[in-house]
Amino acid sequence: MCEPLLAVRSLDAFYGDFQALFGLSMELMAGEAVAVIGANGAGKSTLFKSIAGLLRARPDAIRLAGEPIGGMAAHAIAARGIALVPEGRGLFPSLSVEENLLLGGQLKRPGPWNLQSIYELFPPLAELRHLPSTALSGGQQQMAAIGRGLMANPKVLLCDEISLGLAPIVVRDIYGRLGAIVAEGISLVLVEQDVVRALNATQRVYCLQEGRVALAGAAKDLTAEAIAAAYFGV
Amino acid sequence: MTDWINVIFQGVLVGGLYAMFAAGLSLIFGVMRLVNIAHGDLIVLAAYLALVTTATLGIGPLVSLLVVVPLMAAIGYALQRLLLNRTLGDDLLPPLLVTFGLSVIIQNALLTVFTADSLKLQAGAIEQATYRLFDGVYVGLLPLLQFVVAVAVIGALQFVFYRTALGRAFRATADNQAVAQLMGLDNRHVFALAMALSLAVVAIAGVFLAIRANFDPSIGPARLIFGFEAVIIGGLGSLWGTLVGGLVLGVAQAIGAHLDPGWQLLAGHIAFLLILAVRPEGLFPRIRT
Amino acid sequence: MVLSVVALAALAAAPLWGGRDDLQLLSQIYAYIALASLWNLLAGYAGLVSVGQQAYVGLGAYILFAFVILAGMSPLWAIPLAGIIAAFAAVSVAGLVFRLRGHYFAIGTWIIAEVFRLLASQVSVLGGGSGISLPAALVVAIAPSRQWRDFLEYWIALALVVAVLALIVLLLRSRYGLALKAIRDSELAAACSGVDVMRAKVLVYVVTAFATATVGAFIFLQRLRISPDAAFSVNDWTAFVIFITVIGGIGRIEGPIVGTVVFFALRQTLADLGTIYLLMLGAVAIVIMLAAPKGIWGLIVERFGWQVFPLERSVVVKGAPAAKAPGEP
Repeated sequence: MCEPLLAVRSLDAFYGDFQALFGLSMELMAGEAVAVIGANGAGKSTLFKSIAGLLRARPDAIRLAGEPIGGMAAHAIAARGIALVPEGRGLFPSLSVEENLLLGGQLKRPGPWNLQSIYELFPPLAELRHLPSTALSGGQQQMAAIGRGLMANPKVLLCDEISLGLAPIVVRDIYGRLGAIVAEGISLVLVEQDVVRALNATQRVYCLQEGRVALAGAAKDLTAEAIAAAYFGV
Repeated sequence: MTDWINVIFQGVLVGGLYAMFAAGLSLIFGVMRLVNIAHGDLIVLAAYLALVTTATLGIGPLVSLLVVVPLMAAIGYALQRLLLNRTLGDDLLPPLLVTFGLSVIIQNALLTVFTADSLKLQAGAIEQATYRLFDGVYVGLLPLLQFVVAVAVIGALQFVFYRTALGRAFRATADNQAVAQLMGLDNRHVFALAMALSLAVVAIAGVFLAIRANFDPSIGPARLIFGFEAVIIGGLGSLWGTLVGGLVLGVAQAIGAHLDPGWQLLAGHIAFLLILAVRPEGLFPRIRT
Repeated sequence: MVLSVVALAALAAAPLWGGRDDLQLLSQIYAYIALASLWNLLAGYAGLVSVGQQAYVGLGAYILFAFVILAGMSPLWAIPLAGIIAAFAAVSVAGLVFRLRGHYFAIGTWIIAEVFRLLASQVSVLGGGSGISLPAALVVAIAPSRQWRDFLEYWIALALVVAVLALIVLLLRSRYGLALKAIRDSELAAACSGVDVMRAKVLVYVVTAFATATVGAFIFLQRLRISPDAAFSVNDWTAFVIFITVIGGIGRIEGPIVGTVVFFALRQTLADLGTIYLLMLGAVAIVIMLAAPKGIWGLIVERFGWQVFPLERSVVVKGAPAAKAPGEP
């Protein structure tokens, strides 16, 4: 299968008059895990927002399994199988953990992920299921947010900075479970500030700098110097 | 002494009606931060719809609920989808001014069609039926029914909000519209459903209002104010609090009316202002994170 | 600028070229321009949307009637006095009503107006629910003849509207005006920049109440008769005022002026007042709010860049041509 599952071609993104992405292109093959790294303000979250439909885009700038989805409403894109785990988790404070998960699954897309399998993936959540989501620790919230994304049984899971603000041991724990997610058939795009983790968890990497792709390649092929140069624009 | 018990009882019973006025208002504000200034006028519209329905179909007022409730719900959905969704956003002015304009339009449209004549829906024998609670304290069957319905409505809303998928959608959209969309929720649809639900409650309140007392196109704003006062007294974000708020308002008005008929409304306002001064968050505020 | 002075002179000379009806019509127009401008100051500049300004129209009027009827004061002196006393009342009201925010604040102001109305109907010495008229003797004492009284009232109306507009412009050009714009753009940012948000809002509220009450006192002086329903009428003093401002253009000083002119032009040409007219006004206001939220004047400004009142502040970047600062919404 050589057609990418998710294809981004010459994507521009604007916040009002301010341009955040300049003709950005990247792709994700089915079954892959890809990382997008870069400094703050490089445009990583903007990329995700454009893909998920929270920012306007040209219709053919973003294609899912060949279908142009750029500029579609976010809920329509979600229905087509793209789930975004937002930066800062975005759990609903008025809902309990389980309600958050149920909401994630309200599209009722078929697939292996349901409440029970989520609780198996993240056992700590099972005990906390009836608590308000705000009562959880950072790591637990991140698990809940990822679980919520999985409940939609998406084809593509976008994870925005899941290591942010979490203790390293917690991050290691969560990343350890990502393998299971990919194994079940979900393709993954990770936005990460933690470069080492990103390289270890994925097959390919894109490094963004000021809204453009500065470096792209297989994770194992890229040298630390090349990455640093691309990251900081040196 | 029984005099005062009667007064308080009447106040409690009418308080149920006020709670119903308030519930619809509270729901909308909770879900989309919109205060519908035309809310009271929509209650009056429902009353007139009940009038027309009973007259043309020859059915009783309580039966007319079967027609008026779905009709008002549909109106609510359309209203939100076609008009009010366009006003939502960070700016306070558009929804306020548009609903204010709507209020004026509804009042004057009703005035044009029905004139300013005071009307009332006849419910038949049930209106006179009274029930003797104990020595000297009598309770009208209709007010009692209305109170029970009010409690049931609030209970039903509570159930919908906290135990159904729809309620989850409401709460999630209220928390964070953008993330809710990521879950596949279409905001426009969710808001329209909320308005439909609100107007369904308005319809029930309107029919009971029509049976209970005389109504004419101009009484809308006063109902909005009663509903609003009940919400503030009870506490923002709590539906049961809204019920209590309605009861407090009803009792305050009843006490005022008992002292001097001209003081009825004033007593209610004073109770409201007192709560505002002393405990602005209301009696049972739900703390929103 | 020159145009304004010429126009003002022409209007001041109205008693020369206008008949009694013309003067009365112009007085009404001035009163509405004043009321709409004040509502605009509150809502468009300070972000405080009030649907209860009729509270102060009525309060000012009732204070005037009280002083004239009960204390035998000359009505002319009672006008500013009404404003001052109303301002004090507004301070107390602010203490209550500012506990509410946004939409709830709006309805709170409405409730306050209702309370005033109900209280007024309880005051039997001022006519209670049915109202009362000014004693003829004191009214006649204002001026040597009925004609001169008409002229005097006309000039007072003109002076009032000019004073109100001047007050608004001065306020907006002062540092309070800058504070208000900051608050309107972002309350949080303004507070973090050291703006005392609450004080600025209360100040505007009280000043507006003062001016509104003064205008209200004058309006009912001219009418010679007052009643709670007329004094605190939501339609007359809020619905019309809001529609005028929305149609003319919120957040710009010229807006209420344009709106009032349009409103009265429509009223003159449409013989049928009352319900259909109100209905149409409501519909037009909604359409304008959705389609052209900056109102008629907003459209004109965008098209031609006119500005009658110098209030825009420009940001000048060295070496670049001067750009207009993001001003009115």
